[in-house]
Amino acid sequence: MVLVALSSVVVFALVAAAGDPTASLRLDPDISTAQLASRRHELHLDEPVAARYIRWVAGVGRGDLGRSLDGRPVRALLWARLQVTLRMVVAGSLLGLAGAVLLGAWSAHRPYSWTDHGIAVMALIVLSVPVFWLGAMLKWYVAFGVNRVAGHRILATLGEADPNLAGGLLTRLGNYASHLALPTFALAAVLAGAWSRYLRASMLEVLGHDHIRAARARGVPEWRLTLGHALGNAVGPFATLVAVDFAQVLGGVVVLERVFGWHGMGELLIDGVMASDVNVVLAWLLVTASLVVMANLLADVLLARLDPRVRLGRAV
Amino acid sequence: MCSSPASTPVCALVEPSKVAGRGRNTTLGRFVAQRSGLFGVALLLALLFGAGAGGRLWRYHYDDITAQYSSAPSSQHPMGTDTIGHDVLAQVLRGLQKSMEVAVVAALVSTAAGVVIGGVGGYFGGVAEGLLMRLADVALIIPGIAALAVLAASVQDVPGNWLLIALILSALLWARTARIVRAAVASLREEAFVEAARACGAGPGRIIARHILPGTAGLVITAATLTLATAVQAEAAMTFLGLGITLPDTSLGRLVAVGAQSATTRPWLFYFPGLMIVVVVVATNFVGDALRRALDRRADVGSALGP
Repeated sequence: MVLVALSSVVVFALVAAAGDPTASLRLDPDISTAQLASRRHELHLDEPVAARYIRWVAGVGRGDLGRSLDGRPVRALLWARLQVTLRMVVAGSLLGLAGAVLLGAWSAHRPYSWTDHGIAVMALIVLSVPVFWLGAMLKWYVAFGVNRVAGHRILATLGEADPNLAGGLLTRLGNYASHLALPTFALAAVLAGAWSRYLRASMLEVLGHDHIRAARARGVPEWRLTLGHALGNAVGPFATLVAVDFAQVLGGVVVLERVFGWHGMGELLIDGVMASDVNVVLAWLLVTASLVVMANLLADVLLARLDPRVRLGRAV
Repeated sequence: MCSSPASTPVCALVEPSKVAGRGRNTTLGRFVAQRSGLFGVALLLALLFGAGAGGRLWRYHYDDITAQYSSAPSSQHPMGTDTIGHDVLAQVLRGLQKSMEVAVVAALVSTAAGVVIGGVGGYFGGVAEGLLMRLADVALIIPGIAALAVLAASVQDVPGNWLLIALILSALLWARTARIVRAAVASLREEAFVEAARACGAGPGRIIARHILPGTAGLVITAATLTLATAVQAEAAMTFLGLGITLPDTSLGRLVAVGAQSATTRPWLFYFPGLMIVVVVVATNFVGDALRRALDRRADVGSALGP
């Protein structure tokens, strides 16, 4: 926690030093120095960085994240963007998890088989493809192909929903889904690629133990060894890994939002960084870091529920 | 019956693993025994050669403007030309060079930092370890892309900023290496030979550098290789977002970003640079993966691309 606070100081100083939000006003001949000074005063740019930081911290303490450069309250802005982004995060993570469990369990069930090698090659390729390239490929080739064959738009490639979307709940959900499909698939493919490899490795390790050999000798069917014994034992550490990777998931989402033109957290961050909007960038980091910490706590609790050998407060 | 080992219970009992062995017991032997590793090394050497000398050998310079503009791949221009008439292969070779430079510097610097931080933390334990590892935690908690974006935005106006971008990447990539090194050092610290060195009067610096770190060399080399792959991708992603390599330099990520704008009309501008990134990362991952398996005595804990 101390270090998170410390890093917020560093980030604040960096963003404050990186650029001047009034740079474009400076170049405008119609803006007088008095107007410039009043704008700088309004943004507290005339104060030392330390004073601005303390002002920001005091605001956060009251639950006030300040305003963005164009005057909108950051808290409302973040909340709106978060809802958009979480759609992709949740859908992509769930699909990725399902894919990882399916592929990983299958690989561990029949190691060194044809399918195992096939899955390994696929995972390698998916992990080596830059996620923005994968997204753009889906967008330019898959979506265009599918939509042409279908004769009307099935897969949307721009934005998180149609602008001025109206209609009943079903229409809205359908529209969301059509915008969600491609970025979710790209995200899920990358996640499933990495996670399935890990799951396979840890399941194979369990399957090498003596108690599995004993169970096999007792005549426990092979599928129960894979699903019951191996998967059951591997799921705890796997949850930890998924939680740790959550930060990277958020990073991948930033890139995918750019590819698919979503107005979510990613766009907010990049725009904020480009405009040296300190309040927006810091609030972004605050929210995402809390999300990652929460995911890790959740994984710890889950681990304790799933694995009777782990007790909270002792081992974690 | 045993043609596919471990597919039947009996075979699994007799033959627990196919990866290790083949009668070889040295690390090099185990590495050579994996064809994917050798293939990766060959590919990586070819790529390094292409990055270093390819631009000089190819018949077009990246600045050359040819008469054929917007032409599809042909024997004259294997990757086609862009709207102005630049040969795309020459562009890709130049981008490859810059991407490799950034990635190699980032991998070297971050590995060095990771080794020092992990080594010190693992050897001394206690407060130093706690502090350094919490620092690593922060580096892992904050979504890398955000930290990169903030840092990279501050060097956007610096012309020829690739070295700075490489250093920024290493500021983020050291944490994973540091954790790996710390764990290895913390276990080696308890070995008898370290105690013997201490009894002979060797100081902590000497013990870490001469006695402990050589024992972690394999892990470190593997981590560095995998970091290289990550760095290539991270640089490409940053540049794609408009926060990385800036003109007059170019990189593979930049070429993809520019090419994506005309992906439907001139797809070759978009897929060749992207394919090059894929080839670089695949080659590096092959090497790293084969190294890991060659170094791992427990043979079957991980196959391709576990964490």
